[in-house]
Amino acid sequence: MVEESPPVVGTAPAVSEAPGRRDGSAPLIHIATHARDEALAGRPKETALELRNVSCWYGSFRAVKNVNLTIAKREVTALIGPSGCGKSTLLRTFNRMNDLVPSFRAEGEVLFEGKNIYDRDVDPVEIRRRIGMVFQKPNPFPKTVYENVAFGPRVNGYRGNLDELVEDCLRKAALWDEVKDKLDQSGLALSGGQQQRLCIARAIAVQPEVILMDEPASALDPRSTLQIEELMAELKREYTIIVVTHNMQQAARASDTTIFMTMDEDRAGYVVEQGDTIDIFTNPKNRLTEDYVSGRFG
Amino acid sequence: MTAATARPTGAPTPIPGLPATARFEPNLMRRKLNGTIFYGLCLAAVGLTMLTLVILLVDVVSRGAPMLRPEFLTGVPSRFPERAGILPAIVGSLEMGLLVAAFTFPTGVAAAVFLEEYARDSWWNRALRTNIANLAGVPSIIYGIFGLALFVRALGLGFTLLAGALTMSLLILPVVIIASMEAIRAVPDSQREAAYALGATRWQVASGAVLPTAAPGILTGIILAMARAIGEAAPLILVGAVVFVTYLPSPIEGGYTVLPIQIFQWASRPQEGFQMISASAIIVLLAVLFVLNAVALVLRARLARHIAW
Repeated sequence: MVEESPPVVGTAPAVSEAPGRRDGSAPLIHIATHARDEALAGRPKETALELRNVSCWYGSFRAVKNVNLTIAKREVTALIGPSGCGKSTLLRTFNRMNDLVPSFRAEGEVLFEGKNIYDRDVDPVEIRRRIGMVFQKPNPFPKTVYENVAFGPRVNGYRGNLDELVEDCLRKAALWDEVKDKLDQSGLALSGGQQQRLCIARAIAVQPEVILMDEPASALDPRSTLQIEELMAELKREYTIIVVTHNMQQAARASDTTIFMTMDEDRAGYVVEQGDTIDIFTNPKNRLTEDYVSGRFG
Repeated sequence: MTAATARPTGAPTPIPGLPATARFEPNLMRRKLNGTIFYGLCLAAVGLTMLTLVILLVDVVSRGAPMLRPEFLTGVPSRFPERAGILPAIVGSLEMGLLVAAFTFPTGVAAAVFLEEYARDSWWNRALRTNIANLAGVPSIIYGIFGLALFVRALGLGFTLLAGALTMSLLILPVVIIASMEAIRAVPDSQREAAYALGATRWQVASGAVLPTAAPGILTGIILAMARAIGEAAPLILVGAVVFVTYLPSPIEGGYTVLPIQIFQWASRPQEGFQMISASAIIVLLAVLFVLNAVALVLRARLARHIAW
């Protein structure tokens, strides 16, 4: 529904460097433009996650304060902002990964399917199955390619055909053709970009609804980065994707919605502005956002 | 310039405006010489160690090899050195090794998993860790006294191989725990996060992601500890290893002996013949340890097949 629309480069100056293939064929990267949005126009966005007045504390230090957000389903939402503004902390709040830090504490409500995931009766183990995560540095297990993908289904008691699931996930992660002959080799023997796509295959193997990505391409070369971005555009048909990135071009190229965060004088991060990516990059409402996306700050 | 000349000679004088090269004193000859000297010292250390080992081995082999006949391996101790054999000691050592491994492997690894993966970083747990490290330094004879009081007397096991194996297990348990903790700690947190992010429980993270990755390191620690258990004699003297066993020992009843005890006993006798078969028994003990290490090396390589960070 989305892929056939050609990139309307003229209407999107901030992403005008987003390339098509050199031979002039279809663009490698999905570009979030208004042309695309027309396809979805009129359809109300479904909500995947809603944050109500969320603050994150490490001991007595407040890392993130008073965040109110709505994350739309089956979209790529980019979280941008200067280093140390709490992007990763906020991202890890979405699937309670921060629970692993003993001093961490979250205030407010993180509503997932209408239910606050920080309620007492919510098991973080179940939340993490439904809200998966891909990390900054590729971290495959020192197991075979097959076992890497099969780990999640196994720990969650998957009853179906594991071989089929592994193949399906590797195909969805655009890795199958490269690894189908080395499923029994170590995941660590793959290249960095392949390892990260293996981690994505591993994440979708537990059939999550949301995938959190913490700077998934920052340790990769440009070619692998493009592959990851393509993959994000592909995966959002089924999954809600929230991606933290330092790379503003990446946010512009690969996301539908962008959230800009920065930090206050007390070093607590907060959300300055949330909007359609095209608006954030071409027509930001807030002065701070404008300074950041135009490179005057950060 | 006057300020510069007032400084002690040799100290580099940073003077603004001079080219950067003037502020260095490269002294390349001296630095390279230092490197050569250090290399020489390292080489000497290795050489000294190897030389000692070779001298010991040559001495043992030259004295022990002539008596190392098949009958020596399959025979039982005798009053006559030329008729004596060490089968009971070999079997005793193997039984001891198996029992010690069976006791220490699960206990030691479980304790290490608890301390690294479950226990909070509290004052109490830090004290516990420090004390486990200290236990590894307690003289082995102390463990013998403890084993005598607890296993032989209080628990009524008597002077059996089982009591000996339990004592030996206590002796090497701290080493196993410490080595396992080190191996578990060496597993990057990114591995734990990866497993948690897939919806794994804490136990699934420990058993499915952490332990397989730590396994080669844990195995190395256990093998080193086992080598100590098999080579140790002192605590067993207290918990009842005897020296003249002409039958194959049972774990739960009757006397037993192990290779180091047999060696110790023969070596302490004045007769030339016993001195020689003592050397022969040392060769057997070395061979047992060598085989054990070789097996560990193969196992380790297989476990580490997929691990190359």
